[in-house]
Amino acid sequence: MQSKREHIKAGRERLQRVIETCRSVEERSLDPFLIDVNEIIKIVREFFPEWEQPEDLCLDAEAINRLASVIRLQSEWVRHRSTSLYTDPFLLEEKIKKLDKEELVDAFIQAWHPMVELEQISLHSIAESLRYWESLPPLKDRWKELPIQQVESGSATREELIKQRILRDKAFTEELENFWNELKKFAVEKGENGKVGYWDFVGAETYDETVHRAFMTSFLVTYGYATLEIHPLEEETYIVPYEKQQRQTAKKQLVSIPIAITFEDWKKWRERGHT
Amino acid sequence: MSKRKAYYANKMKRAVHMLFYRRHKKPGVKGWELRKALGADYPKVLGILDEYLKALDLQVKTVFEEETPSEKPTLEQLDRARFYITLRGELAPKETKMIGWRIDDLAGLAVTIAYIISKKGKAPRKEVEELLREKLPGWKVGLNIDRYIRYGYLTQDENEQLYLDWRTRAEIDQKALIDFLMAK
Repeated sequence: MQSKREHIKAGRERLQRVIETCRSVEERSLDPFLIDVNEIIKIVREFFPEWEQPEDLCLDAEAINRLASVIRLQSEWVRHRSTSLYTDPFLLEEKIKKLDKEELVDAFIQAWHPMVELEQISLHSIAESLRYWESLPPLKDRWKELPIQQVESGSATREELIKQRILRDKAFTEELENFWNELKKFAVEKGENGKVGYWDFVGAETYDETVHRAFMTSFLVTYGYATLEIHPLEEETYIVPYEKQQRQTAKKQLVSIPIAITFEDWKKWRERGHT
Repeated sequence: MSKRKAYYANKMKRAVHMLFYRRHKKPGVKGWELRKALGADYPKVLGILDEYLKALDLQVKTVFEEETPSEKPTLEQLDRARFYITLRGELAPKETKMIGWRIDDLAGLAVTIAYIISKKGKAPRKEVEELLREKLPGWKVGLNIDRYIRYGYLTQDENEQLYLDWRTRAEIDQKALIDFLMAK
């Protein structure tokens, strides 16, 4: 014999199923007559005396609401079928596929009564246009050329271009390789099992320098000079330098790891006594 | 000319100006606009005009906001309706070219409208595209549907569902279209 609790549990499940079925009929435009309304009313009626909790009563109301929507769809379906416009979509689709272009157009023009419409210009719009024309400045005033400043040509030294940040004092690859060598040295001297803590390596005297080092580290990882080892549970990130640059294989799925370097993080790192 | 005849001839001229020449973005004139310009007896003026246009194979077409009333429409329904001048009879196939339609585009429009009617006035754009792809080159299908939308034959919602729009209601006898297609 089923206990009361089990009976209530079964009732909830059945109402959930009713709600889901009605919803799928509504949302996926299925035939609303797939739903046996009498059967659902029987289920709702069977379990109604058992409901005591407000959630169960809400579930009951939701089921009735969904059922009402399905009945509305059934009524719309009957109304559409009874109109003279009703044609079985499948039949019509088949018919359309069989007909050639000429036959389709022939049927269409018998039912088509195109509209007569003429564009016009009125006295009012002519007057309006004349007023606009009068107030419009001539093209020579509107499209005045920007004055071009004549500048004497001259020469600039490499140092001047570096100063103006047009050139860098080191080529980027050279800078990156120097940074890689620094990482390898750091790993040997202060690392453990060939790896170093991310902040131990990236952290610097100033926040600007720290951001720059994090930027360079990201390129070391991207270009295969080093890799990251992440321990999510301990929330620790390590950098492991490679002895030789690794070439990426196309088959390997690459992932991006965002690491935030905020001013607050850098300050905390400094307060922990790192220099 | 009797005073009464002159009165209606004058009103008819005014109605012709309003109905033939486009006043707004969309063609056609609302009933209340006609009432304002022609007076409360504008339905009678339109009746006379319609009779007059018969000889020219044109007609005054009334498109109601809701479904076409089964009985005589009320003044309120007429005020909310839109009035157009359309061809009364049919075009000959050769004439369609003169008004800027290629046979492919017109056949595509016929298929699209018929399919949407059969689906109770609403069909997913994807389904319509698939159907059109049977007879039209793929690259043309999307362009054609966009053109039908631009002309006002169809409208599309944010879920890419296609519906029939104002021009279909004004120009196409939907029942006749389905009947002619099924009879082919």
